[in-house]
Amino acid sequence: MAMPPSDRPALLSLRDASVRFGDVHAVRGATLRIDAGETVAIVGANGSGKTTLLRLLHGVVAHSGSRLAASPGAARQAMVFQRPFLLRLTVRNNLRLALWLADGHLPARERNARVEDALRRVGLQALRDRSARALSGGEQQRLALARSWAVRPAILFLDEPTANLDPSAKKEVEALLASFAADGMTLVMTTHNLGQAKRLAARVVYMDGGRIDADLPTPEFFARGLGDRAGLFLKGDLSWTTD
Amino acid sequence: MSAVAESIVTASRLIVGADPALVRTVALSFAVSGSACLGAAWIGLLAGAWLAVARFAGRRVVLLALDTLLALPSVVVGLVVYLGLSRSGPLGAWGLLFTPTAMVLAQTILVVPIVAALSRQVVADALRDGGDQLRSMGAGRFLSALLMLVHERWAVVTLLLIAFGRAISEVGAVMVVGGNIDGVTRVMTTAIALETSKGDLPLALALGIVLLAVVALVNVAVALIPHGRGATAMEPR
Repeated sequence: MAMPPSDRPALLSLRDASVRFGDVHAVRGATLRIDAGETVAIVGANGSGKTTLLRLLHGVVAHSGSRLAASPGAARQAMVFQRPFLLRLTVRNNLRLALWLADGHLPARERNARVEDALRRVGLQALRDRSARALSGGEQQRLALARSWAVRPAILFLDEPTANLDPSAKKEVEALLASFAADGMTLVMTTHNLGQAKRLAARVVYMDGGRIDADLPTPEFFARGLGDRAGLFLKGDLSWTTD
Repeated sequence: MSAVAESIVTASRLIVGADPALVRTVALSFAVSGSACLGAAWIGLLAGAWLAVARFAGRRVVLLALDTLLALPSVVVGLVVYLGLSRSGPLGAWGLLFTPTAMVLAQTILVVPIVAALSRQVVADALRDGGDQLRSMGAGRFLSALLMLVHERWAVVTLLLIAFGRAISEVGAVMVVGGNIDGVTRVMTTAIALETSKGDLPLALALGIVLLAVVALVNVAVALIPHGRGATAMEPR
């Protein structure tokens, strides 16, 4: 089950792309297109290949098949990992570093302005001089989002962005993601949380055993009678031991 | 009063009265070992960071060799440097033998493997945790490794203190290349060896107390490093 063709410009596309880790086929023959401005949720059971597909889209794993991205300027990418890694620096210096890595030629004044913008965006201005490692889990995730947002990515990849957060922090992060999407940023996220997929995504990609089993607009994904395994997954009855 | 008790009293007087010979020897020890650790920090940290990310044929052999060099006998280092700096050696023309510079060189060679091996492990451990994130942000492999040295700066300070402790307490290398010349190349360890052999126990004991105090201070400094906020446990590979 695949998405109908879109009129929007493609930022990324995969054609028959596969990733192997030794004998394990993490992603098999994935064909997928990510268009500008859409929010895509990748769902599936544990071990179904969601994170590997995300990394494949981000271009950080070796693969076979083709992966085409728009020109680097048009499609700057950023990724927020499931456990955000923050350097033992202040909140502000973590953001400065991200901007320096993304564009070493950015004038200091603009870099500082973007840092302040990003802090304001995620509500961490008051914590700008605190050690990033001393923040709470929710604050660290917001800082990770700010770090990604600050580099003005065309596509933001998120790997289980709220997996380890309490309900209140989860809500804050979801609100931020919704605001990023409203600004036109393309979001591609993996999630176990079907409610989150429903709330945030316009399109759902369902993975099973390393294959893309369904790729549908969100309302259709949840309304339509899906195949056996996807149906079981939606009902919460799919065993995590994929066979 | 026993000879030992008398020596301790005399040693205490030398320390409290800041005996010029004692002060000169202690100062030279700090200068030589401090300079050696500074040089070893530059070389060893860069080498450690590079080895943490470099992939090349024979890397495992290099890592094994580096681990072996951790137990490098200081007299062997002294001998190698002596051969290099002696009049007939390849660097004999520099005229460095029996100078503090030769001692710095020998101690640098002695502690570079310590700094390189430990920093390699610190960086490798940190990269396992955050390497993907840094590379995703646009950092190359070597830059990621250098950033991890900043990230793990307390662990780096700890390993530099360990290196300093090793340098200041070694006797073999500085004895061979420095010659233990009074007022020129005499450091605490070589002075202790000499004064003991001469039977001048008070000065040897005074120097021993200072050396012990230095090593204890280094250990206290290591213990005070804020491990919770910064240091990575340096576990065996």
